[in-house]
Amino acid sequence: MTTSSLPVDPSPATAATARPSLGARLRGRQNQNLWFWVFVGPFVLGLIIFIYIPIIWSIYLSFFESYNTVTPTKFVGAGNYLDMLKDESFRSSLGTFIVFALFIVPTTFALSLLTAILVARTRVMQAFFRSVFFLPTACSYVVAALIWKMSIFAGVRSGAANAMLGVFGADSIPWLSLTKPPWYWLVIVSARLWLQVGFYMILFLAALQRISTTLYEAAAIDGASGWQAFRYITLPQLRPTSAAVLLLLLINAFQAFDEFYNILASFGTYPPYARPPLVYLYYVALGQGQDFGHGSAGAVILTLVIALAAVVFNRFFSFRGED
Amino acid sequence: MSDKTARATLNRRNLLALSGAVAASGALAACGGNTGRATSTTSSGASASASGSASGGAKPVLQQWYHQYGEAGTQQAVEGYAKAYTAADVKVTWKPGDYDQTTAASLLTANGPDVFEYGNGPTIDMIKGGQVVDLTGLLGDAEADFNPAMVKRMTYDGKLWAVPQVVDMQILVYRKSLLEKAGVKPPETIDELMAAAEKLNSGDTKGLFLGNDGGVGLMGGPMLFSAGADYLNEDGSFGFDNDNVVAALGKLREMFQSKYLLLGAPKDWYDGSALAQGLTAMQFTGLWTFPDLTKALGDDYGCVPWPAMPGGKKSVVVGAYGSCVSAKSASVDAAKEFVKWLWVDQTDKQLDFATAYGFHIPARASLVPQAKTLQSGAAKDAAAAAQEFGHAQSTILWTPKCSTAFGDMMTKVVKDGADAKAEIAKVKAIADAEVKRVLG
Repeated sequence: MTTSSLPVDPSPATAATARPSLGARLRGRQNQNLWFWVFVGPFVLGLIIFIYIPIIWSIYLSFFESYNTVTPTKFVGAGNYLDMLKDESFRSSLGTFIVFALFIVPTTFALSLLTAILVARTRVMQAFFRSVFFLPTACSYVVAALIWKMSIFAGVRSGAANAMLGVFGADSIPWLSLTKPPWYWLVIVSARLWLQVGFYMILFLAALQRISTTLYEAAAIDGASGWQAFRYITLPQLRPTSAAVLLLLLINAFQAFDEFYNILASFGTYPPYARPPLVYLYYVALGQGQDFGHGSAGAVILTLVIALAAVVFNRFFSFRGED
Repeated sequence: MSDKTARATLNRRNLLALSGAVAASGALAACGGNTGRATSTTSSGASASASGSASGGAKPVLQQWYHQYGEAGTQQAVEGYAKAYTAADVKVTWKPGDYDQTTAASLLTANGPDVFEYGNGPTIDMIKGGQVVDLTGLLGDAEADFNPAMVKRMTYDGKLWAVPQVVDMQILVYRKSLLEKAGVKPPETIDELMAAAEKLNSGDTKGLFLGNDGGVGLMGGPMLFSAGADYLNEDGSFGFDNDNVVAALGKLREMFQSKYLLLGAPKDWYDGSALAQGLTAMQFTGLWTFPDLTKALGDDYGCVPWPAMPGGKKSVVVGAYGSCVSAKSASVDAAKEFVKWLWVDQTDKQLDFATAYGFHIPARASLVPQAKTLQSGAAKDAAAAAQEFGHAQSTILWTPKCSTAFGDMMTKVVKDGADAKAEIAKVKAIADAEVKRVLG
């Protein structure tokens, strides 16, 4: 970045007539292009090496039989895709997670919005409440999962939840061991909400604070009730943020892995219920079974499902916004 | 419209921020890029390189990987063994966490280990994929002295693929005092076991502990063996589509529905604390918990093999970490020499490894009488039971895909009460296809 390579520019008059050198033109006005690449280049490079190449490689692998190798030789065409689509376990994990997404996305959305509104309205210790709700975001999913599994929802009397039940004289419940009723959803959903609500609350809080108070003042003069103000001012004004939050939540729901794996995996196996697609693919391709062909095919299918859901969702959301 | 473009720029910015974070972590990883394949000079001053055999006279450098053994001192011990070896410069890597997964993945790269241990030897796909080296003949005259069940487990296609290091076992452990108080004998059959568990169940001390998932992950194998079946028959055909197994899994389902089965203990079956803390009167666990149990309970605990179903056999599950050599090693011969030196020739080190830290059974029969830890109390009974009722944990052709299908079947049968016969048929379809793929 020395100045030696810069074009000599003795006087404005000559500069206007002389054609700048190729290097100068590539660098752009005031080295704009150069600085663009200095700042953006490392990220693009990282993106290519760590994201795009693995994605392309994975698509490549999905067309080959590749047990315990990433440089396969036996081309099987769409065979892996057909196998995965025929695989009952994979299909059921996709099905479970569509249901899971339908539940968790609205729940997290509503809870984050609610906490954001409550915190925004709080007059005392607002910073404190904001931090308290946001803090869990800084907690590792693995750590939270282990706390939920081993101390809050342990099946014995010493677990926090069972100790509470004991106060009321109820028997201990093995939260994570039973499938009827499926208490494990309570454990997973509560862990997930605790971890995620704070983050989306901050997004909503920022958006809420950008809504001009004049709108509310005008509405108050017109005699709008609290609910009317919320319905006709707050919600529409939050639309861009809501769209972003919903999309993030949707993708997050399909990418579920950490808390599920750490809460539910038992010795060498993972139960077939509440098994996220990624956990199933982990056991196929990255666990002891190094079956990258089927694993990659499953990953591509999952990506397509997420993309499809996102497109449908976006369509739905923008149409609604335009009326 | 303006709001759409605003979203678009935000997206692009997010994307860049994300890739920036990824790039930064990549850079950090590069800083710590110590693959262990040192090419620098060693402490002795001799120049060592990964391609040692080629660099004339210099000692080859070998990477040896272990999973993290829980017992204090084990890591120092294996590092000591490595240091004592003079023909190569052996560097020990102690890997906590998901050892099986990281090791399997690292075998794809040039940065993997030269020598590594793997549960019950390499997987069939590692062997078929040419990732591990044939170790046939490495045992030499000592072959007959090695635990035959384990040698057989690590043999495929007439070739030996790993050297058993130490034998581990799983067994049913019980609190003597609690059984006496309830007036029950250590169970010999599954029905006796269930009756005993029922009697021992009292308040917050449950009767039996088979893991937090009710034995879904752990007890499938032992229940097959109880019913006189196995995952696969000798010829690779499916081994458990019969009524005995259906009945055995039905028993497990009954236990799961009972009130006496402990579920959701803070520490799972592989830790002795459920028994030691009085959460249960009987527990299926490993020999490795015995030192902890002795510390907590003195001699107030005993062990019996996993009981039999009518017409079946009692069993003690045995498994062994096997020492394997990676085919990607730059010095395969030196690696094989080292494996032979440590796990075949150095009997004193094998004995030390098996007994001085955790409780394991030496892989060589001639060393078992010398293992002081196995000469008294419950450990002595356990070692004797392993000799008499030892059953290999799994068969080599039982691939991870089969295990996943088997685990799903177990969950559905035991937890949901699904029809065992139909579920077993589903496993059979998958297992048959897998065996065909592997053998084909």
